[in-house]
Formats: sequence, structure tokens, C-alpha cells
Amino acid sequence: MWSLFRIGWINLKRDRVVQALTFLLPVMFFSIFALMFGNQRSVTSRVRVGLVDEDQSDYSRRLASALSAEGGLHVQTTTKTDGTGDTLTRQSGEALVRQGTVPVTIVLPKGLGDHSHVFSTDAAAPKVQLLADVSDPVAPQMVMGLLEKVSFTAMPEALAAEGIGMFERYGGPLTPAQQHSVDTWLSQTQSGVSSPANSSRGAAVGLATEVVNVMQPGKGDGATVAFYAAGIGVMFLLFSCSGAGGALLEEEEAGTLGRLISSPLGMTGVLAGKWLFLTGVGVAQTVIMFTWASLMFHLTLAGHLQGFAIMTVATAAAASAFGILLATMSRSRQQLSGISTIVILAMSAVGGSMFPRFLMSDTMQKIGLVTFNAWALDGFQKVFWRQEPLSHLWPQVLVLSTLAAVFFAAARMFARRWESQ
Amino acid sequence: MSDAPLVIDGAVKRFGNVQALAGASFELRRGELLGLLGPNGAGKTTLIKAIAGRSRLDAGRIQLFGRPLAPQDPRPQIGVVPQELAIYPKLTASENLEVFGRLNGVSRAAIKDRVRWALQWSDLTERAGEPVRGYSGGMRRRLNIACSLVHEPTVVLLDEPTVGVDPQSRERIYEMLRSLQEGGVSILLTTHHLEEAEQRCDRIVIIDHGAIVASGTVRELIDGDPHAARAATITFVHPLPVERTAITSSLTGALPATATFDEDRKTLRTPIADIAVDLPPVLEALARAGATIADVRFETRSLQDVFISLTGRELRE
Repeated sequence: MWSLFRIGWINLKRDRVVQALTFLLPVMFFSIFALMFGNQRSVTSRVRVGLVDEDQSDYSRRLASALSAEGGLHVQTTTKTDGTGDTLTRQSGEALVRQGTVPVTIVLPKGLGDHSHVFSTDAAAPKVQLLADVSDPVAPQMVMGLLEKVSFTAMPEALAAEGIGMFERYGGPLTPAQQHSVDTWLSQTQSGVSSPANSSRGAAVGLATEVVNVMQPGKGDGATVAFYAAGIGVMFLLFSCSGAGGALLEEEEAGTLGRLISSPLGMTGVLAGKWLFLTGVGVAQTVIMFTWASLMFHLTLAGHLQGFAIMTVATAAAASAFGILLATMSRSRQQLSGISTIVILAMSAVGGSMFPRFLMSDTMQKIGLVTFNAWALDGFQKVFWRQEPLSHLWPQVLVLSTLAAVFFAAARMFARRWESQ
Repeated sequence: MSDAPLVIDGAVKRFGNVQALAGASFELRRGELLGLLGPNGAGKTTLIKAIAGRSRLDAGRIQLFGRPLAPQDPRPQIGVVPQELAIYPKLTASENLEVFGRLNGVSRAAIKDRVRWALQWSDLTERAGEPVRGYSGGMRRRLNIACSLVHEPTVVLLDEPTVGVDPQSRERIYEMLRSLQEGGVSILLTTHHLEEAEQRCDRIVIIDHGAIVASGTVRELIDGDPHAARAATITFVHPLPVERTAITSSLTGALPATATFDEDRKTLRTPIADIAVDLPPVLEALARAGATIADVRFETRSLQDVFISLTGRELRE
């Protein structure tokens, strides 16, 4: 069987195209995904919005300033995105939306500062308008939420003053002492949020909150990188293994397969040798991918070596057996290429190699479990993201090992056509 | 029981409605080079595959050194050289030989010597370290054969070993096979080249429609076919007189019934099995009939003629 390993190794060593496809291409794909998604500090990007202040009152200016400081928004107040150009008007703000430059333009209408903003019962009072591209269902809702938040947190004294006004309207005027206390409190409140930056954290007003990272404190976005490394890795593992499995078909056409199965090794030995070699290549491919991720994208590989090794070997073994099965089922290289492309892409999409499984619906997540991509990715996530103990990997390892055995047995059955007729 | 290394007895094989082998029987004797001749579809490759264990017979048996063989039985004594160039183009000659030698059971201790021998035998030593994809067709053919011999088989099966090679390479291949024979190896090969079979093979087996139609040395095959006897063309100085062209009682006994005169009565064509025995009476009879002999020419029948006579078609149909 070592001879079969040697044949595969020499062929791989002397074929630069196959080397590039096996090792370089997955790393390139993964790097693209990691650069696109892996280094962002927040899951959701900042929303670009246009801002038109038609009111130019103290209230509207403070609101505009607070919106500009809001971390979830990228506010544009001029016709050009670099801040140059004319000040935005309603018409030019609408034009930005129509052109697709921004999904929403906020218009603070004239008279906004003269009316109540929270407790108003006047239907004729001017409303803040969001000129929106409704083909984006998320941006307008997000801007509306942030606008509400900013209006409360940026000018809490205005909110409080409105509330006191409503109280006086229905409960009678404040006493001079009460008025003095309220004026002092309002003054303090206003100075407490004088820094627009405070608005975004609700430092003076609002329910005090903070986000606590319970998954990997201090480790940043290593899990996102790990997801893409695993997802891309499993998908390319399948492609590599099915391509290498196609070497069986080439050997059958060339006649070398006949020589191999005529040897004492027999068909079972030949398939086992091929499977072992492909598993080895698969392990090497995955190790290279994760090592690159560790060096370039700060994936913490060193602390997860055992779990990584277990999942890598189990996944590579299953993928190799699957590749050999596809080859034994196919009558030609062209047929194998067609079948494997369709099957592998479908498995990768459903199984979570292209899109995180946790973002799928429950039904799709269940369906994904018919693919071994899903089991492999769940295992890698347990290792790198949830940092669960090794013993928790047993379901994934069991399923992948069982699939490897089933695929191999099926391949052996299909390979009978190459034996005694 | 025959002591021949390889005995095929009543081999039958069907593929659906096609009768590939219909009771073929022959033996490969020790140290001989046996040629298996037959047109396309005659059953040659099926027979080779059955001997190699790649095809299961429906009936009949195969004996290797007196022991019946089943398809799954290991047969390290056999080396099979396929018609395809079943070698790895990216590997060097040494690597190909080593890999196939180890796969067929040559030990680690012995493999280096065996590879060295195979390279020398196939005259590939000088380019042993280069990938095979850079070899000529003849070199690849030689390597293809050598890969089946690394494990020192005593019976070698070759399926069209010289197809697509130039005459020089073909000559080289037969020299290599001859050296094997001198070492006691028994060789069975299929070939489409009748001339090669005539010149190289010790014996020939002719197969058609899955059955053996004739076997023996070239001489035996030619002499054994009554339609393939040698013929003599006798030319006269003067055309025979009309009244004497009729077969007279004196000529009747001397000339075979198939002897014929041409229209001009100037030549006579008659089959001659043995020149020394059959020719003198014919010449005497012609002399008595008044003919003056100007020339006698002999036509030698070939294996091709025997083949056509036995199968009704040429080998390459």
C-alpha cells in the first residue's frame, strides 16, 4: 500500500497545476472571505445617510450633531461624499437616495424645534422625514431606531422639559422652588451630554447597558475567521478529493488500474491505498489553510491543536471516501466533473460552507445535517468558537467516521465493474 | 496430465448474446514463444484476461503449473503486459519499475537489483531518471513490458506488444523476449503481424469466433492445410498442341485434378506438396506429352494464406 502512496505523492509533486489547485486556491478563497468578513469589528456596517436640516433651530442643530456622532451612522450633509460640495437640500438629498449613494436621507423639517417631539398630540406638528429606498428593508428601520435613540439620549433635557411641560399642563404649574430645582437639574443634564459622543452610549440618560463578550474575551473576531477557514476548507477538500478520485478513472483508461488490481493488493487494497493518500492530502490542505489563517488573520490555532487535529482527520477521511465513491460511480472524467460540481456545491450551500448555519432557519439547519459539511463545520465551531471539551466532539467524529466507512463500502461495491467480469 | 506451465481446456465465455470463447483449448509449453493469432473479436483479449484473472470463465479451466486457477487466486508466476501503455507518465522508469515490483511482491531488499536488471534488459538505464512522458513510443513499450517482469514471472502474457512501434524498436523487443525465453520463461503473445508471428513464434495458435481452429508450428500449419499447399508454374517453350492439352491417361495419373493450363497452353499451374517427390513425375508426364519445359517457378504459401483459408478473412478485417 505504501507503493500506492508513493505513486500519488510523486504525481502530486510533479504537477504544479494540481498543487496550486489543491493548496493555493483554497488559501486564496479563504483569504478573500476573511478579508471581507473576518476583520470587521461589528457585524453590521455603518449606514450611510444624508441629512438635511431645514429647521436650523438649536434643537435641530443639536440633533444633527448627535446624529453625526452616532456610531451606527455615516452622515453626509453635502452633495459630495467627501464632505465637499453644496449643503444638502431636500431635493439634492432625495437625489442621493435615487442615485443609490445613500439608502436614506433624514430631513429635519422647518418648525421642528418649535414643537414637542415626544409628547406631542398635534397631528399638524412637523415630522422628521426619512426619504428612503425601500428596496433596502433594513436601513430605514435601523435609521429610525437610531434617530429615536439619539433624540432621547442627545438632548435629555429637552425630553425632560417636555415632560415637565406636560405635567404642568395637566397637574398645574410648578412652584418657584420646584421650578428652580427643575431648571438646575435640566442645566446639569444638558452639560452631562454636552459631548456628542456620550449620546451614542447613553451615558447620562437611558437604561445603562454594555455588551459583554462571553465567547472569547480579548480574542476579537477569530471565530469568524475560523468559520470561513473551516467552511472554505471543507468545500475545497471535497473538490480536491473528487478530483483526485478521478485519477482512478484515468488509471482505468490508461490500464494502470488493471495492473494494480491484478497485483496481490486487489481492488480493496487499491481503494484503501488511494483513500489513505487522499486523506493525507486533505489533512495537509486543511493544516496549510488554518496555519495561514493563524499567521495572517490571527486565528488562535495553537490553543486548539488537539481538537483541530481530530476534526481535520475525521473530515478529511470522510471527504476522501466521498471522492472515491463519486469516482467509482462515474463512467468518465467528464461525468465525474459534472456530478461532483453539482453535488459538492449543493452540499456546501446547504451544509454551511458558504453561509453560516446559525443564520439559517431551523428547518434549513436540520436539512443541512444530511451533509457532512454541517457536521464538520459544527465540530470546528465547537473547537474554535465555543471551546468545548474534546469529549463533546464525539457526535461529529462518530458521524464523520461512519460516513467515511459507508462511502468506502459503497465505492468498493461500485468498483466491482473493474474487476472480474 | 500435461506438464506445460499453462493449459487452457475448454474455455467458454459469453457476454450477453456474444459468444466470446467457445471451448478454446491449447497449452503453452515451457520456454516457448507461442503466438495467438486471430481477427478482431476472435476472443484473444478475453482469453488473456481470463488467464490474468480479470475475467471469469463460464466453463472450462485454466491450469498453471498443473494447478487449477480461479479468478481470485493470486498468480505471481504470471506477468501480464497489457496492450495499453500502463505506466505512470510523471514517474521515471526507475520509479515505475520499483512501484510495480513492490506491488507484485518483490521485497525491499531485492527491489533495487530487480530494477537494475529490468533497466538493463529493456535498455533504459541511461534515461532511468527521467519522467516517462519524455520517452519515445518504443521506449515506453519496452518499459511497459519491463514493468511486468520485475517480479520474475515464469509465464508472460503480452497483448500486442509491438503495436505502434518502429521496426527497430520491434526488433529490440523481440530480442528482449528471446533472452527471456533462454532463461526458461514461457511467453504467450497476441499479434496482428502475421510476418512477425511466422518469423518469431515457435508455435502459433489460430483463434476465430472463440474457438481454436489450428495450432502448431508455421510448417505444420502450412503443410496441414490442403488448400495451402505449394504450387508450381511450368512454362513451355512452345504451346502444347491442342490434341495434347486434353488430360491424357498418362497425364491424368501424374497431374492433380486441380492442375490447370492457361488459355495459351503455354503454362501449367499445379499444386506441389513436396518438390522432390511430386515434381519429377509431372515433368516426366509432360515430356511424354511432347512438352519442352522452359521454366519452373514455385509459389510458397504463407501463414496469411493458411489464415484466410481457415477463417475466410484476412487478419486485419
